[in-house]
Amino acid sequence: MNPGVYAVVLIPLISAPLLALVPGYRVTAAGNVIVCFATFLAGLSLLILPRVVGDFVIVDDLNIFFIILNTFVGFTTSTFSASYIGHEIETGKLTPLFVRFYHAMFQGMMGAMNLALIANNIGLLWVGLELATLITVVMVGIYRTPSALEAAWKYFILGSVGISLAFFGTILIYLAGQGALGEGLPAMTWSRLLAAAPQLDVALLDLAFVFLLVGFGTKVGLAPLHAWLPDAHAEGPTPISAVLSGLLLNVALFALLRYKMLLAAQPLAVKPGQIMIVMGLISLIFAAFMLYQRRDIKRLFAYSSIEHMGLITFAFGLGGPIANFAGLLHMVMHSLTKSAIFFAVGHVAQAKGSQRLADIRGLSVTHPSLAIALGAGVIAICGLPPFGVFTSEFLMLTTTFARAPWLAVLPAFGLLVAFGALILRLQDILFGAPSEPSHKVEASSIPMVLHLALVLLAGLYLPPLLVAWFQRAAELLG
Amino acid sequence: MNHGYDVSHLLAGLMVVASFALLYQDRITAVLNTFAAQAVLLALAVAWQAWTQDRPNLFITAALALGLKGIIVPVALRRMVFQLGIHRDVEQVVNAGVALMIGLGLTTLSLLLVLKVTKAAPSFTREGLALALAIILLGFLMMITRRNAVTQIVGFMSIENGLILAATGARGMPFVVEVSVAFSVLIALFVFAVFVFRIRERFDTVDLEALDQVRGDRR
Repeated sequence: MNPGVYAVVLIPLISAPLLALVPGYRVTAAGNVIVCFATFLAGLSLLILPRVVGDFVIVDDLNIFFIILNTFVGFTTSTFSASYIGHEIETGKLTPLFVRFYHAMFQGMMGAMNLALIANNIGLLWVGLELATLITVVMVGIYRTPSALEAAWKYFILGSVGISLAFFGTILIYLAGQGALGEGLPAMTWSRLLAAAPQLDVALLDLAFVFLLVGFGTKVGLAPLHAWLPDAHAEGPTPISAVLSGLLLNVALFALLRYKMLLAAQPLAVKPGQIMIVMGLISLIFAAFMLYQRRDIKRLFAYSSIEHMGLITFAFGLGGPIANFAGLLHMVMHSLTKSAIFFAVGHVAQAKGSQRLADIRGLSVTHPSLAIALGAGVIAICGLPPFGVFTSEFLMLTTTFARAPWLAVLPAFGLLVAFGALILRLQDILFGAPSEPSHKVEASSIPMVLHLALVLLAGLYLPPLLVAWFQRAAELLG
Repeated sequence: MNHGYDVSHLLAGLMVVASFALLYQDRITAVLNTFAAQAVLLALAVAWQAWTQDRPNLFITAALALGLKGIIVPVALRRMVFQLGIHRDVEQVVNAGVALMIGLGLTTLSLLLVLKVTKAAPSFTREGLALALAIILLGFLMMITRRNAVTQIVGFMSIENGLILAATGARGMPFVVEVSVAFSVLIALFVFAVFVFRIRERFDTVDLEALDQVRGDRR
């Protein structure tokens, strides 16, 4: 019996209705931080507590660090959100009533994501991911402006397409396992499916993966099903953009990885690598070019998320120990860096009172420390040394060069195009003639600095313990 | 003769017919009626599965399909449509003939695909699955060809009908999943309702064209 496994799901889900009941946004904001911290501790406890493989939950090398990352970023985002939301109430964008629901939904979303990560039952995995998606739909629309509603509606429609396709894929996986494992629960238990992988029905498994790839791929934001992503990031509250980019995309990709492991364990099944390489590269290059036309700062970084998710999908599609290692590392680095950037963007939007790139100029004059943080974040996400993103991108490109030299040209090209766009925009934001108005920034900058420090640290020195751990997970992925 | 086999195919086939009817109905009230009929057929199909597979807990899913999607939701949407005064509206984005032809193509595709892939599975399962996939694809087609928020909701729910048909047709699929499906449908409806209300509040219309005006980057 491992209490930590249940704690990471139950702490957020039980506290969600409680937070909705408490009046006063300061109290609920503080409560939100405390609950997130408790969940983070529960996540850390998984490291020392014994591993679990049950009918419904599992703790293995693959999901353990996703859970810790998830709870950690959830915790830092809640501290950022606590100071950010106060400003939103003062400017009248949100009413106290909505803030109560906001905190309840924040916890609901965290609990649902942890459920998806910890699930050993493929039905439960689906439920967790869909619950998290539906809650974020409401949160994206929380400002209730026409553009926020349109973004939420688009997210909802495309999200439900993904929901349905992924569920159909889940049914097909069950049918594929039925012959070997019999009717009932065993054929929906992921670890048993994996153990019996060589006996699974090959044709059904192949068909299922196509549905799962498109269904969960919608959530990952892979082109051409990415249309919801920039809108949802731009119109929702900034803490939600940070959680969307940093966590929800990762969880969706994690679900896809679970199924990829099943296919990898059945030697006769189709090799999922090629489809993932193609989808990843299309997303990467498409998003890189789209970066040039952005007028909205949150949309800019949302497209950058599509780009990086494409790159990660490409790496996992390539497969092999080094590419998988780089993919996992990149997921962590992107999650930390992109949420730090969104924290910075939240500060910038409050400082300038606008998200339009045209209104955000000369930050280095008016807000020097913020300019340094945003600059560091953008340099990190561009993949320049000494940040950790450089390590993972370098590993990806070198292993591609070693194995398929011509293929490496495409991701390298995409990354260069994206690099150009981001540096171009960064220059305007930091060094243009200072734009008016310019307010004092009230939100806490600790989470942002913490994330960037971790990314920098990972770029300079990866602890051997962490490396060994990533290697084991990379081997599992085949 | 295997009656269990025949009846489930008859019901699933009728659901596909209802999906086709949903494609060409141009009045919102007619769409709602057709959808209610499809939900009742789903309830019957699920109840039949519960009986033949001897899984009494599936009756709960059948009752949910009948009560929620066959009665409550259509009645609620109907009231909303009358309140908004759009019950006489005619909407036709794509020519009905074209939509039906595409629908025919999708049905053929799903039959060919599923029957080819599931050769090893029992024929009872595979044919049910093929029809369910056809319903799902026709639901997508309906969502694409409709412009109105209410008819898009109906399209989404008809996709859910197909999913539940597929899930109950898969023998012995654990009950956990049925509960979760029903649960997520509830949440989905809740979210949809919130949206429809908010959209009306903002635009005095549920026509999605009004939303399209604010698309893309704000200038």
